[in-house]
Amino acid sequence: MGLEARLNGDSFFTTTVDALTEWARKNSVWPMPMGISCCAIEMMASGDPKYDIARFGSEVMRFTPRQCDLMIVAGTVTYKMSHVVRKIYDQMPDPKWVIAMGACTSSGGMYRSYPVVQGIDQFLPVDIYVAGCPPRPDNLLNALMQIQDKIGRTKARDFQDKPLPELTVIQNN
Amino acid sequence: MEKLTKDDVHPKILEALLADTNISVEDALENEMILNMGPQHPATHGVLRLLLRLDGETLMGCVPELGYLHRGYEKLAENMSYYEFIPHTDRLDYLSPMSNNVAWALAVEKLAGIEAPPRAQYIRMIISELARIASHLVAIGSLAMDVGALTVFLWTLREREKILDVWDILCGARFTNSYTRIGGVANDAQPEALAKVKWFIDQYLPNLDECERLINTNRIFVERLDGIGVISADEAIDIGLTGPSLRGSGVEFDLRRAQPYLFYNEMDFKVVTYPDGDSLARYFVRADETRESIKIIRQALEKMPQGDTLLNQPKKVLPKKAEIYSKMEELIHDFMIVNFGINPEPGEIYHAVESSKGELGFYLVSKGDGKPWKCKIRSPSFVNLQAVPQLVKGHMISDVVAIVGSLDPVMGEADK
Amino acid sequence: MPLSKELIEQKLNEKFSGESFVFTEHRNELTVSLDKKNIAALCKYLKEEDQLAFKLCEDITAIDWAKRKNRFTVVYHIFSIKQNFRLTLKADVDESDCNIDSVSSVWKTANWHERETFDMYGIHFNNHPDLRRMYMPEEFEYHPLRKDFPLMGIPGSLSLPKNKN
Ligand code: SF4
Repeated sequence: MGLEARLNGDSFFTTTVDALTEWARKNSVWPMPMGISCCAIEMMASGDPKYDIARFGSEVMRFTPRQCDLMIVAGTVTYKMSHVVRKIYDQMPDPKWVIAMGACTSSGGMYRSYPVVQGIDQFLPVDIYVAGCPPRPDNLLNALMQIQDKIGRTKARDFQDKPLPELTVIQNN
Repeated sequence: MEKLTKDDVHPKILEALLADTNISVEDALENEMILNMGPQHPATHGVLRLLLRLDGETLMGCVPELGYLHRGYEKLAENMSYYEFIPHTDRLDYLSPMSNNVAWALAVEKLAGIEAPPRAQYIRMIISELARIASHLVAIGSLAMDVGALTVFLWTLREREKILDVWDILCGARFTNSYTRIGGVANDAQPEALAKVKWFIDQYLPNLDECERLINTNRIFVERLDGIGVISADEAIDIGLTGPSLRGSGVEFDLRRAQPYLFYNEMDFKVVTYPDGDSLARYFVRADETRESIKIIRQALEKMPQGDTLLNQPKKVLPKKAEIYSKMEELIHDFMIVNFGINPEPGEIYHAVESSKGELGFYLVSKGDGKPWKCKIRSPSFVNLQAVPQLVKGHMISDVVAIVGSLDPVMGEADK
Repeated sequence: MPLSKELIEQKLNEKFSGESFVFTEHRNELTVSLDKKNIAALCKYLKEEDQLAFKLCEDITAIDWAKRKNRFTVVYHIFSIKQNFRLTLKADVDESDCNIDSVSSVWKTANWHERETFDMYGIHFNNHPDLRRMYMPEEFEYHPLRKDFPLMGIPGSLSLPKNKN
């Protein structure tokens, strides 16, 4: 069965740290579902039995940013909400990735109006844009696979030099 | 949860939160706690933000803060034609896009003084009811999830997927459909779509029973909802609740019965009410309402006449696509409507339908040109949310999710 | 006795003699236009009079007529569950004297509707318990649904988060 069967005899194998970490990292992407509006429903649908995001190791939707490495921004981001989105993004530990799901997050979509941010890339670094209004769950899964590809190409040292973000201490007065 | 600094809460909100006490802000933060819930919180159904004032675990007050999803619908509507606004109505209450489409089409038809052919009206009725089922399924599932029963959520989503499949066949889109047109529907319902609807309603009830068996006898589920967030009938009317939330308080008020639109006056169905007025009653109303919806769909399928699904009224209704490409006159009408709009005569109307959340109304003012001069959306979620502060008062903090879940707000609609 | 235009007309004229009400009907919907100083008293009467019983306030909003003399019209949609009747009330408000009495003491639900109208049009509701903006951030200076506010907003009036890294 599986790995053990191949390791006949010596029970060890050699690999690079990079290969191992990227393999582990890309198959257990934990998303932070930043569900804001309609697209969030399709994001939920991608977790249901029909589309089953668990096949890609990403069913662990965590609602606290501290445990996530992928933020799926699903829904129209207004100016009022943008501060919240950014705050949550800042709380996620590095390395982290962002999927902009839907036309609204990518470009403002059908809302060319005063309260809507015309594309979240104005205040967030975005890795993958998913087209559609809303994108079908299959499309979101496709984006997830592309993120996995992207993660697969990273090296451990890519993240070495980044300074740790300063945690702000909030004082109670 | 994050600790709040004073900068995070706008002084005016804080003032509202502390309105009924005479202790100062400094004191309040010492004795009582102010807790921020949302706008990014799994149980607030979107981006609702609640500021809670707590004494220990007991809620002393609550101030909802809306607007995190304010997308400027009413301003957008003033800047586009009646036709162009149809896709926007999808995204109002995004759990039941179809019934919003229908509501908008009916409002504009009333303003323009036209009426769709009977077959189209029947199709509209079927899709509104399917949309109601789809929306209630999510409401039930997420309410169960909020109080800790995760399985039901997956089961109800599975049922909902089947309805989305129906829409896929019916109009080619599974979620944001924009299927209705002013004066009818985009295309006739094909036999396959109707067969799928029939298949769905035949298998739905046993599946609903299965879900109910899982939670209705579950002590945890029942006890977390029973007696939580009680509102009496008079209070409920005063605060403006409509829909299942109002009927959960025992008021038999349903616009489908009171002011019938489409062909609801010919349908035989019961207006479900439960007298208790608590979260559990609101949940029961939703579950039973889907049963009534099945009844309506079954009757509508039987009674549905043959015939046209789009009104032939070239000045007000877009002609069929195939005809635009092949006939000169239709091309001209299409050009006129797309460029100059349908120009309803000056006047103003308010048309409300019973959507899955409650009374969804559109108030339209026309000055006789192609764009509405004013469009006001009376969204049920917005009004229902107003009851939250009075419902949660005196309860424990863990009851907030049950109460919000039982009101079933959708923020796309509440924030407009 | 079911409600009708005549009955309401007669009742209102009886109760508020000397005031002028204009009754209009469009597509079978009855609208009453009145002077804004009467609004609170009238609403109270409509709700509490037994035969009318307009207990449900469905909606409150305003219309901006842009160039008209009385620039705004505040619109109330009320419903009587008992009589199954919907009534629209309208009161004109001028821009120079941009306020009207609040009806939130009559219907609790009016509270948020009035806040929304204040947010969108800048109409002040007297005696409102908690008149804040409903949707837009408190710092925002404009009233978006006024006709002179551009659809795309005023650049710089709403802030984006600053990029930290
Ligand atoms: S892209 Fe479309 S479906 Fe997604 S949030 Fe925007 S409007 Fe809604």
